[in-house]
This record gives sequence, structure tokens and C-alpha cells, in this order.
Amino acid sequence: MTNATTRPASDYPPGGDAFRHRHLLGIAPLTPWEISYILDAAEQWVEMNRSGAAKHDDRLAGLTIINAFFENSTRTLLSFEIAGKRLGADVVNMHAAQSSVKKGETLIDTAMTLNAMRADAIVIRHASSGAVQLIADKVDCPVLNAGDGRHEHPTQALLDALTIRRRLGRVEGLTIAICGDVLHSRVARSNILALTLLGNEVRIVAPPTLTPPAMERMHVTSFTDMDEGLHDADVVMMLRLQNERMDGAYLPSPREYHTLYGLTPKRLEKAKPDAIVMHPGPMNRGVEIDSSIADDPVRSTITEQVEMGVAVRMACLDILTRRKRGVPGWN
Amino acid sequence: MELKPLHITGALLIDGDTPRPGSLLAVDGRIAAIDPRDLPEGTETVDARGQWLAPGIIDLGVFATDKPAFHFGGVTRAALMPDIGPLDGAGLVERAAKGGKPDLWVHPVAAATKGLEGKELAEIGLMKQAGARAIATGRSRIADSGVMRRVLTYAASLGLVTIIHAEDEGLTAGAVATDGEMATRLGLASAPAIAEAIAIARDLALVEETGAPVHFRQVTTARGLDLIRAAKAKGLPVLCGITPAHLLLSDTAIGDFRTFARLSPPLRSEDDRHACLAAIADGTIDILASGHDPRGPEDKRLPFAEALPGMAGAETLLALGLNLVRDGHVSPGRLFELLAATPACLLGVDAGSLAVGKEADLILIDEGTPWQVDAKKMAAWAGNTPFDGMPVQGRATAIWKGGLRVR
Repeated sequence: MTNATTRPASDYPPGGDAFRHRHLLGIAPLTPWEISYILDAAEQWVEMNRSGAAKHDDRLAGLTIINAFFENSTRTLLSFEIAGKRLGADVVNMHAAQSSVKKGETLIDTAMTLNAMRADAIVIRHASSGAVQLIADKVDCPVLNAGDGRHEHPTQALLDALTIRRRLGRVEGLTIAICGDVLHSRVARSNILALTLLGNEVRIVAPPTLTPPAMERMHVTSFTDMDEGLHDADVVMMLRLQNERMDGAYLPSPREYHTLYGLTPKRLEKAKPDAIVMHPGPMNRGVEIDSSIADDPVRSTITEQVEMGVAVRMACLDILTRRKRGVPGWN
Repeated sequence: MELKPLHITGALLIDGDTPRPGSLLAVDGRIAAIDPRDLPEGTETVDARGQWLAPGIIDLGVFATDKPAFHFGGVTRAALMPDIGPLDGAGLVERAAKGGKPDLWVHPVAAATKGLEGKELAEIGLMKQAGARAIATGRSRIADSGVMRRVLTYAASLGLVTIIHAEDEGLTAGAVATDGEMATRLGLASAPAIAEAIAIARDLALVEETGAPVHFRQVTTARGLDLIRAAKAKGLPVLCGITPAHLLLSDTAIGDFRTFARLSPPLRSEDDRHACLAAIADGTIDILASGHDPRGPEDKRLPFAEALPGMAGAETLLALGLNLVRDGHVSPGRLFELLAATPACLLGVDAGSLAVGKEADLILIDEGTPWQVDAKKMAAWAGNTPFDGMPVQGRATAIWKGGLRVR
């Protein structure tokens, strides 16, 4: 698929000025053109990843990337691992679930240890908001945030933007409804930042118990009625609902949630006829999303999002290591 | 060692609204005369060279006996909160009271309930005999209204004020920030600011019912202050305090996950901050304290939500108080009511003002000297100040405790 919004390289400032950041800690510090730059860079990796047997590039050969995951993850970890390996890097995974690595100073100590091992990039996921930034301040190499607490998950927002852009031809001027547990969701925060920054109308649809305070300050409109929130939307982005939220503290029960906030074919009719349905996975089928929608290849972009995830992460790893690799213009 | 009479001359005395030139004589550890005509034999004279002479600061509600910080900050008396220990027995209180000797008064504040658990009354009477000057609920409130009511009446019968932390535990469970844009952007669990007003409202109802005197150690929201204002208008025996943090910082200070700005109660909105400034100007707030709570890197160099709340405040208290004077919120005299006279009254100690007969706890202040707060060079045993890097003016240059030069 060709994309009208992909810009030629000459549209961007030369060299390192196109992406001035040492780390990718969140969407918040990025400008719209920096987001577009990453998305454009990811396009070539989408093509390469689809090109059969030759899915390999050696530009990161000799570099060591550590995936330090302090919180359980399957798909994000795998996605980062594949992204690094397709670019020729040596990728090491460190599984440090919260139980084994004790909290506290140990987190900084772990960061210092990773640093001493001369990693060339570190990818971090942690259950506590701000933990990735804390580590980034202590290490000499680029740090990529693979999700910190409820704060940010920037590569997810980037892959979602890329998916939307490829499906709908643009990722600006659209009406996008983000539905579900926004309160506890880093995916929602990063997506709100990225999608508003790119010039879309972003709505959130959530029960009041799962709506963060002061949402209007993030330039989004809040809805508690899903039918209203989906009205004429171009994109319906569902969020995963953690099971532990449904035990009565935030929500009465899964079935009540499904009745009020589950995405059913009938409810999807409120959105535009060609609206796409997204989900960051893993899904609770029958709770937040009906299987008939999740499995509909025309509406659902769920597997495409996974595919774009690898390409976007390849682009991020490539861009953030350019200074280290001495790419001309990046210093 | 014999204590010589002390004559401080050439000072600007803080014994009224504005500093006035004068001198002060202390004999046997007490203030003997203001502007004395005759001096006893062997009097030692100190020339203040135009500096302010003020009562030593009485820091109401600190969490550590951190002498270097108190001496730097001009604090001569520290009312120690019961949380470390906790101070829920007479022996512990007696030991804590001796913790400042010989150059700092430590006034222990006893735990209101055993283990500060909010369930059973602690031995408040025995702790009073051991030197407790007030009782407190600690870092949190007593959730059970029945227990709180019994604590209030019991302490009142012993002539002790109950110092309260006012936050509703249901609303603040798990929260590390105040609801608002900042908490939402950072992805931090937050609680609505009304958690404070709800807690204050309950306790004010109990005060109205029992007549027991209380002090809300920190009131930091517009709605909380409105309740205090109304209670005072009714004549209820209510005092409230604040620290400079809630007067000078709002929740934007937690941006970048700065754990030094993680406080309890958490920093509030800019609107609430302005309400606090108005309340200190109109007299609703009675006491300004440091909330001194030094925390090392093991407690602070952590992800925001895992870090412990608290700030090292003793050495910046005076300078930040002088900020309030320069900004026109309070007069110099009023500042020392907030810092010394009212805390002395609450604790029932014979100090806190430049009046004949009071203990000669004195400080000289060079109110113009500029300096910069530097978390790495603090006198306190930990430098967890949310004011790191802030340029300030004014510091204590000399301290006397009971007429004896400490610094």
C-alpha cells in the first residue's frame, strides 16, 4: 500500500536534527515531525519484513541490545527481540519480574550493572511510572521505554499511528475513540499524546471509575456512554481490561462491563461504516470485544498492529543508535 | 559552667509587627529586660550589627532529631512527631525528650494510639508525665471515628492538644499525588483534594461535640481552609499549620517524577496554593513548620510511587518564611508568631517571644544574605529538599538556647 503522507527525506531537517533525542522515554517530548520521521522510517522495514527470506539487515551488527523487562510481557518483548535481530544486533533478554528483583536501590544498581556491560541500547519495561526515566538518567546508552506503569508506552502509540496511517491513508483529521480502562492504561496515555499531536480529534470512552482526572487538559473529550462516544468515529481503539479491575473495586462484573462497554457489532454501527477497530492485545474476547469483530479482517487491525510493532521498533532502534554508529550527520 | 548574663546590642528586635532598634538582656537563661539601662556585672555583650534578633524557631512536627539541620535553620526547639518508634510509651518519650541535649530542646509529641494503629488509646497520661507536650495521630489520621472521639476527650482532660493529619484514607488509598493534569500525564495514582476537607469536617464535628483542642498540622486546600475559617468564627479551639512547600510549590513540581517533591499530603493545584497564601495572610493559618523528614537515597532514589513521602525542611524554613515577608503576605512580627509564639503556646512552653521572663532562646538573622539551596550540601543528614537550586535570602547567624550560645 502506498501512502500519500509519507514524506521524502528532504522534507526533514538534515541528520540528527530530524530526531534530537537520546532516548525514547515517551511521546510527550516528541514533536509531530519527529513522530512522522519514525513512521516514515518504519515503512521500509514493513517492506523488508514482508520480503520473504531476506528479512535481514546488518546495520546494527556488533551492537548489543538488552531487553530488561521488570514486568511480565510476551508480545512486546518478542517484538523488540525480533526487531533487534532483524537489524543484526546481538539481543539479550533479562527477565526480572518484580518478585525476583527487589525494589529500591536495586533498580538503580541493576541499571548500573547493565551500563557496565556496555549495552548499546537498553529496552525497559517496569511496573512503576517513571522507572524507565530513572534508569535512563543513570546509563550512557539510549534507553527505549517499553512501558512504565501507567505512564507511557511510546512504541505502542507509534505502531498504532502507523497502522492507522496505512489503513486510512492518513493519521490526521480523524475522529478516534479510545475505549476502556483509560485510568490504568499507558497505551491510552501515549496514544492520546501522539494522536492529538498529529491533529486528530481524540475521545475517550470509559466508565467514570476508569476515567483519569483532568482529561480535558489533555485535549480529549470524555464519554461515559459508548454509543455516543463511537458516533461517527473513524477509529475505535479498544483497551485491555485487567481482570483484577472487575472484582467490584472499579467495576461490578465482567458481564456488566460487556453490556455497557463491550464492542459488539451493533455498537460498532454507530461508528463510520469503514471505521477500523484496534486493540493492543492481549484481548479478553467476550468482555471488551466480541470475537466476530476481532476476527473480521476488514474492520480489525489487530494482527497488522503486531506486524507494525516490529517495523516501528526497528525504526526506533536504528534511529537511536545512529550517533553511536557514526552515521554521517548524526553526532 | 557559669552562665554569664548576655547583652545583645545593636539589634533589630522582632517583638512587634516591624523590626525596631533595641537591645536585650538575658540573665540566668531568661530574658531579663528589653532595652536595659543597667547591666549586671560580668555581662557579655554581643553586637548584632543591625541584624534581626528574634525568638528561636519552634518547629512543630518534625520526624527526626537532626541537630545540624536545626542549628543551621535557627530552630531552638523541635516538636518530634511520634512516628519513629513509634513514641507510644513513657520510656520512649522520656528518651526522645533527652535526644536534643544539651543544645536543642526536643519536645516529644506522643502517639495518640498504641503503635499509632488508630485502635487503642496509648498511655497518654504517663507519656505526659514523661515529657510529652501534645499527642498526634502521626502520618495518617485515626480512621475510626469512635476511637478519635475518645482520644480527643481523653487528651483534652489532660490539657493536651491533639495534632491531626487530615486525609481520608479511603480516598487516598494508594494515591501518591493530587488529582489533576500532572498526575494524569505522569500516570500516577492520585486522590481528589477533597480527601483533606472530608477528614477535617469529621474532626471539626468531633471538636464541636467534645470541646477538645486540636491542631491540624497541615491544611493545604482551599476547602480545608474554608472549614477551618468557619470553625474559628464559631470559636472552636482549632489551630492549623502548613509548611513552606504547600505555599510555594504546586503539583507541577512533581514533573519529571521528582521524588523530592513527593510529600504527604501531596502537592496541590495552583488554585489551592493561592488559597494557602491567602489563608496565611488573613490569619487562618496559625503555624508555619518545616515538616522536617530527611530521607536518604534508599527512600528517595526510586520510582515516584515507590519513594517515601517527606522533605528535609528545617534549614530552609526561615529563608522561605522570609520570602513570605518580602512578598508581602505576612509582617516580620507575624512570621515569628507563626514560627515561634503560637507553637510555644500549643506546646505550653515558656518561650517563643521576646518578652521579659521568657526563656532566652534567641537567634540573630541576617535577613538579606543571599544563598542557594543545594540538596548536595545540606546540613541535614539527607538533602531531600523540593527547593533544590532555589535562590533564597536570609539565614540564622547565631543561636542561643536558654542564654547559652549554641552557634
